[in-house]
Amino acid sequence: MSVGFVMLVHNALDRATAVARHWATSGCPVVIHVDRRVNRKDYTAFAEGLADLGNVKFSKRHRVEWGTWSIVAATQSAAELVLASFPQVRHVYLASGSCLPLRPVGELRQYLDSRPRTDFIESVTTEDVPWTVGGLDRERFTLRFPFSWKRHRYLFDRYVRLQRKLGFKRRIPAGLVPHLGSQWWCLTRETLTAILNDPDREMFERYFTKVWIPDESYFQTLVRQYSQNIESRSLTLSKFDFQGKPHIFYDDHLQLLRRSDCFVARKIWPQADRLYSSFLSNDPAVTKNAEPNPGKIDRLFAKAVDRRTRGRSGLYMQSRYPNEGWENGKTCAPYSVFEGFEELFENFETWLFKAVGGRVHGHLFHPARAQFAGGETVYNGGLPDSAALRDYDPKAFLTNLIWNTRGERQCFQFGPGDEQDISWYLATDPNAQISVITGAWAVPLFHSSNNFAYIRREAAALQKIEAKHLDILRSPHTRARVRIWTMAEFVQNPMEPLQIIIDEIAPRGQRRLTEAPVMAALNGFGQFLQNLKNQGMHPHLMGDFPVGDDPASSTRERHKPYLVK
Amino acid sequence: MGAISSYRLRLQRKRWRLRALRKRRELKPVADRTVSIRADDVLLFSTLRNERVRLPYFFKYYRDLGINHFIMVDNGSDDGTREYLESQPDVSLWTTNKSYRRARFGVDWLNWLQRRYAHGHWCLTVDIDEFFIYPFCDTRPIRALTDWLDASSIKSFGAMLVDMYPRGAVDAEEYRAGANPFEIAEWFDSGNYTIHKNSKFGNLWIQGGPRARTFFYDQPERAPALNKIPLVKWHRTYTYVSATHMLLPRGLNLVYDEWGGEKASGCLLHAKFLNSFVEKSEEELVRKQHYANSHEYRAYNDGLKDNASLWCKWSEKYINWRQLEILGLMSKGNWA
Repeated sequence: MSVGFVMLVHNALDRATAVARHWATSGCPVVIHVDRRVNRKDYTAFAEGLADLGNVKFSKRHRVEWGTWSIVAATQSAAELVLASFPQVRHVYLASGSCLPLRPVGELRQYLDSRPRTDFIESVTTEDVPWTVGGLDRERFTLRFPFSWKRHRYLFDRYVRLQRKLGFKRRIPAGLVPHLGSQWWCLTRETLTAILNDPDREMFERYFTKVWIPDESYFQTLVRQYSQNIESRSLTLSKFDFQGKPHIFYDDHLQLLRRSDCFVARKIWPQADRLYSSFLSNDPAVTKNAEPNPGKIDRLFAKAVDRRTRGRSGLYMQSRYPNEGWENGKTCAPYSVFEGFEELFENFETWLFKAVGGRVHGHLFHPARAQFAGGETVYNGGLPDSAALRDYDPKAFLTNLIWNTRGERQCFQFGPGDEQDISWYLATDPNAQISVITGAWAVPLFHSSNNFAYIRREAAALQKIEAKHLDILRSPHTRARVRIWTMAEFVQNPMEPLQIIIDEIAPRGQRRLTEAPVMAALNGFGQFLQNLKNQGMHPHLMGDFPVGDDPASSTRERHKPYLVK
Repeated sequence: MGAISSYRLRLQRKRWRLRALRKRRELKPVADRTVSIRADDVLLFSTLRNERVRLPYFFKYYRDLGINHFIMVDNGSDDGTREYLESQPDVSLWTTNKSYRRARFGVDWLNWLQRRYAHGHWCLTVDIDEFFIYPFCDTRPIRALTDWLDASSIKSFGAMLVDMYPRGAVDAEEYRAGANPFEIAEWFDSGNYTIHKNSKFGNLWIQGGPRARTFFYDQPERAPALNKIPLVKWHRTYTYVSATHMLLPRGLNLVYDEWGGEKASGCLLHAKFLNSFVEKSEEELVRKQHYANSHEYRAYNDGLKDNASLWCKWSEKYINWRQLEILGLMSKGNWA
């Protein structure tokens, strides 16, 4: 009892020769179908190259076109020839010219001999397959497909749309339940004979010739009528990418293929010399006689498809430049923006660094230069602090910074004194944690010794800018984690909001803050605001600071750090 | 894109093709071995001038990659470049003494030669100081890539220019013929690039890197473009528009994914900043044959005069393509 191979060949004939020879000399009959499109000269040379082998035969040639009935017709002819010419064959294995056996033939034979009645064919109902190309699954069986998908895509699509519009539906022959699956199967003589000698074969053929990609459904459907024992998987390791084209194996996959313990793999790049020379041997030492386990290869290819379809979040580069809304994450990691903290607290950056670690920058969008942590002039990835370069593309500056510092939390200060172009981007980025103390920009003005006319003008300008920025943060399009306090609110009870922010940044830390940042002196701040009002300006963003009731005076009285239990 | 602007681009493409037809008269064949090109050969196109010292490594690199035939235009070299090229068995060489600038920096000449010889071939268009890196280039020849692109119905492949530089002064170490230039210039910038979309041609316009960082930090819009599409399955109706930055028809410029995914892409390692660069930039200032009145060279000349280095503490040392992939400068896409 043995296994016979059917090989469908259309190019890389020299490789097909080597594989056919390998199987034939190992005692397995091979029937080869060569595409009619291969020219006569090449075909003759190919046939002569295998002429010395008695158990290699060539079947009637068909002109094969992808996605059409011709592939099934070719398979049928070759399968009939195997069954008729080699009565000792119990299993027929369908392979292609770009298949490569990974394990000694003896092991395959042994494997099949211990499962004499099992048909190995992937066969799944249409409802359960996620991998159909072009969005056609059930419709493969109910529409007509007279146009080539590869050559006349436009007509193909148009005709499908027309049939959908008219509500056209073909009747599926009674008793058939459409199943789909990999084209590459290994069937028993009984099942295959039953399918090929079915009294209704002609009727089924009439139906399947108009089905789209019948090579993935003809045998897969009919096998359900006859088989005693279906093992719904392919013995051929064959992976498809998101466009439905097979992944290709190269020399550098050698170890991966070896460890997969699969019997046959496709598709092999014809010039993968090392694969062909390594695997075309019956050396039993190369495998462990284990069950096929393509898990590692599955993961590799699944990752590749994911890279192609979803990409790396927060990366903008030459071959990934998503349209707005399609970024899968505008930036690659969470980061924190602090507005008004540096103004209200003394040495806030140092305090923040002690509390959460990571990188604490100054005002990255300062008009003069990007104030990187530690006063660096160039930062990770070679990002310079030049304001001109940053303002040339502020989004790129931000996304580059977050990408370059992957794995390390970034915090930076922002305020109405900074370049505002980035506002919308920050607000709409779910990775941004934005905490704002409104009106805190007034504190440095309050402490400055400039003349009051200048201060009044400056205050009015900053307030206008911040109000606009707050409108953005409060817009319904905002996706960032935004927290806004007025300065008056914050000054009342600074520890609680700080604790919330810190916990969110470093959730695992869960340390209680032991040391509060030191608040700037605010004695007379209420009067300062009143003076602004007296000059005709209306400072409203900082909340209510009644004249004479200085809240900060209480915090300034403490001489030792403020402890919270 | 409306019918009118689409038609305008078509007219523009015809104009560039006519121009290439006219400029063909400037080219004189020196060694025409194009008869030896086989149907599925991968071709390389390049224009050069006085690059004798770079040639041995250039040919070694690209022959190892699996380039089958080189089609080159020598723009009036007088340092033995021409003689060297003429003697190579896989080079077809044309020569001209006409203006590089007026041939739109060599594009017209190459457009003509590509129209003539590249039809139906995968063709790589690079400068003599550009070294093509693609996913798996250490284990798979370029034919593996082009076969995969063919199978995926992809006609063009993007490769961003990555400027490489030495750790010390640019001219501190002398480059010797045959040596790997990236043993000297082994550093690059990994994450300071900006991207804009060119709505007319559909390509991305990438700037940044060490040149933007050191020479153009106060006028970033003038920083040189780094986006390139060097590998194309050529059709005689195609044309490069400006260097290898963009092509017509514009569909060829769509080498990036717009829906969040990543297409496969490579890099061109740029071995510009070697000791030869300092002399060259002085010479080019006189010749005025380069882009935008050699503005770039003027900036370099000012910047590099006092032994300045392009190196900074965040420079990355080049290891291999996987490193570039992890850093996000290129992508495997769905090639595995």
